[in-house]
Amino acid sequence: MTDGYPDYMQESIKKVKETREERMGKTYDRMTPSEGQEVLNNFHPDYKKEGKEELKIGPSKGRKVPTELAKLLRARSLIDPSEIDLTQVDHDVDVLIIGGGGAGTVAALWSVYEGIDPENILISTKLRHGDSNSMMAQGGIQAADKDDDSPIKHYLDAIGGGHFTNVPELVKALTIDGPKVLKWHEELGIMYDREEDGNFVELPGGGTSRYRLHSSGDYTGMELMRVLRDEADNLDIPVLEFTPAVELLKDDKGQVAGALLMNLETNEYYVVRAKSTVMATGGFGRLHVQAFPTTNHYGATGDGLIMGYRAGVPIRDLDSVQYHPTGAAFPDQIVGLLVTEKVRSLGAQPVNMDGELFVNPLEPRDIEAAAIIRECRGRENGVTTPTGMQGVWLDSPLIEMKSGEGTIEDTLPAMVRQYERFGIDITKEPILVYPTLHYQNGGLIINEDGSTPVKGLFAGGEVEGGVHGKNRLMGNSLLDYNVFGRRAGMTAAKHAKKASIGKLTLDHVNDYNQQIEDAGIKTDKKSPLLLPEYRGKKVLERHLDVEVTL
Amino acid sequence: MSEDEENREMIEIFVMGKRYKVPKGLTIMTALEYAGYKYVRGCGCRGGFCGACATIYRTEDEYKFKMDLACQTAVQDGMFLVQLPFVPAVREDFDIEEVDPKENDNVMLDYYSEIARCVSCNTCTKACPQDIEAMDYVQAALRGDVERCADLSFDCIQCGLCSIRCPADIKHYHLAQLARRITGRYIHEHSDELEKRVQEIKNGEYDDKMKEMVEMEMEELKKLYEERDIREEG
Ligand SMILES: Cc1cc2nc3c(=O)[nH]c(=O)nc-3n(C[C@H](O)[C@H](O)[C@H](O)COP(=O)(O)OP(=O)(O)OC[C@H]3O[C@@H](n4cnc5c(N)ncnc54)[C@H](O)[C@@H]3O)c2cc1C
Ligand code: FES
Repeated sequence: MTDGYPDYMQESIKKVKETREERMGKTYDRMTPSEGQEVLNNFHPDYKKEGKEELKIGPSKGRKVPTELAKLLRARSLIDPSEIDLTQVDHDVDVLIIGGGGAGTVAALWSVYEGIDPENILISTKLRHGDSNSMMAQGGIQAADKDDDSPIKHYLDAIGGGHFTNVPELVKALTIDGPKVLKWHEELGIMYDREEDGNFVELPGGGTSRYRLHSSGDYTGMELMRVLRDEADNLDIPVLEFTPAVELLKDDKGQVAGALLMNLETNEYYVVRAKSTVMATGGFGRLHVQAFPTTNHYGATGDGLIMGYRAGVPIRDLDSVQYHPTGAAFPDQIVGLLVTEKVRSLGAQPVNMDGELFVNPLEPRDIEAAAIIRECRGRENGVTTPTGMQGVWLDSPLIEMKSGEGTIEDTLPAMVRQYERFGIDITKEPILVYPTLHYQNGGLIINEDGSTPVKGLFAGGEVEGGVHGKNRLMGNSLLDYNVFGRRAGMTAAKHAKKASIGKLTLDHVNDYNQQIEDAGIKTDKKSPLLLPEYRGKKVLERHLDVEVTL
Repeated sequence: MSEDEENREMIEIFVMGKRYKVPKGLTIMTALEYAGYKYVRGCGCRGGFCGACATIYRTEDEYKFKMDLACQTAVQDGMFLVQLPFVPAVREDFDIEEVDPKENDNVMLDYYSEIARCVSCNTCTKACPQDIEAMDYVQAALRGDVERCADLSFDCIQCGLCSIRCPADIKHYHLAQLARRITGRYIHEHSDELEKRVQEIKNGEYDDKMKEMVEMEMEELKKLYEERDIREEG
């Protein structure tokens, strides 16, 4: 157990305390568009020239993506196609779903509702069913159901938040389906926070013009995910855990026709032939773009982007990455973990080492993050931690001054628990925060029905791009995985009813390897990554690559 | 994070009985990784939300087992650590349309009759890394107080430590899941506002306006966005 903040930080905390009364009820003006642009240009990691690489091969040749992703996109496949026997099919299904997080589970349920027998569905997932970014969401989910709100207002917020780079048809789907999704959740028995009369308790989020964020305490993602998984269990939808997809399969007609899976414990491969395949592998936070810590789960390594790209699906908006403005900066054990935006929605203000306001608490995420980086790096008004991290204070005790004692305990139990373990009481002391790598804004290109440009392949959730353009608003990705998981699942089911699959091949992987060769790319990497590497440096340096057999 | 290991204070831990030196200030999870273990099982969210990393440990001078989450617990000098296998607890399928508590005597007992065997030993509560009053919610379920069971269990991350320790083989986290779904579906009042909006959308009331938005020129859209009214205070 760590015992709270060290003494030298207490001095700064004292200033935060002293200024609290006076700051309360004050707001800081939102930035004008040109002020916003300026802070982005100078301080947001995405706007740096370094750190990106232009793709030399594949369907989106010429586009720039983060170097960490580019390295995997120009790596060789994890498998050697000549070693794989595709004539022996292990699973022959109508719908294969890759990824057992939110989007994948929603897609599976809606495939069943659309008439596919659960026996003819298979979910392949890397860790356990539900181990995913979806499980971790704290803040909430947007949907425009209040009287003073509308899907049109939601549309405008989402597209403006994305700096008008979103695909209009996808934003339309997102916002018009929102209330429908919530209705479905009510029927499944998801427990949302409600007023006495049954209407939802709703909060604002960064960049939203209305109170539109529905939540279940700060366990919103967990509540959604565990109910969806429970329902998939009720319907007996087969799930292969610890058995990720490593490459898509195609047939001789060029359509996607399933995937090659690998059992992570035995390294045996399985051939899955599927009439429709849904990519739902989520994001890439564990690539640690620009060496940022991340909020993401262990399996968020961008595998779906790699597999989809090799199979011919173009990508978009991956040059912009979402850094959440408030990741934990102290204590060291939890650096990078999320301090949900809801803390600000409820009234906590970001303040510098002297307890001064320096930004509106609810700017869109990229601007808020850049402003915090500016306060630390540009103006040197941050607090330095014992391990050399920088951070600003998020003044959480304000929440209770505003809404009464007990509010934090009631609305942010996960947060309270997390800090309590390290001797920090967030109802009395502020939280030290710094931006953290949070969300993959872009991804595989999709149409509004969840289909990708490659026949037989569908996608939903964080793996796809276009819905949020270059910046996602809080609460829109839980909605995204529901809306596009649903659409992908329904479209995949319809497609499966009429599709026929020819001879299976991995030729596209051979072709891709050839393109690497032809472009003169030198690489010793293989992808998809599957799991990040966190073993100690010393151990790895002395690691013998020997297989021990009995 | 930092690879500047030379200057860090080191402590000693035992992983499945084997001794390793690791820097102070890590979690159990990152300490095992530092020592050279690569997780396949036993690691999910790394943030205290999924229950994949439930673990049992003991410190050198104590005979008692302790239970916690490997990703949320600081490693201490002299800890004996293990990685837990998964929990093979049975879960009962149900149809959400058929579990209305008003139409059942005690729906919880119908599905999980073993709760009647609870001996109130409170071991489940002591095992819980989330400090949930697990025994109390089992007792609430036994009384047919589904909502109380749901509320008490709400923060459950389904790690299964409760069920591993239970002498009566109760499947706490599965029955609590059932209670919460019943509560969300049948006990909580549903939203009129939502119902109204869903009907409006069904009736196509937003179709024209949405079409206009989708087709709108960029400049006009930007102007609309900048001029939109923002509700600032509750
Ligand atoms: C800490 C945190 C807080 C968040 N808070 C919010 C919030 O408040 N509101 C909001 O709207 N959004 C929030 N988000 C974002 C949101 O949770 C995610 O974007 C969304 O849940 C993604 O859903 P998904 O189904 O696409 O991906 P995931 O839920 O991540 O699921 C992907 C699944 O695919 C699996 N997988 C990966 N590779 C493979 C492979 N090769 N083969 C098979 N399976 C594979 C993964 O292990 C995982 O189970 C948050 C995210 C995080 C990390
Ligand atoms: S890894 Fe998810 S709770 Fe620890």
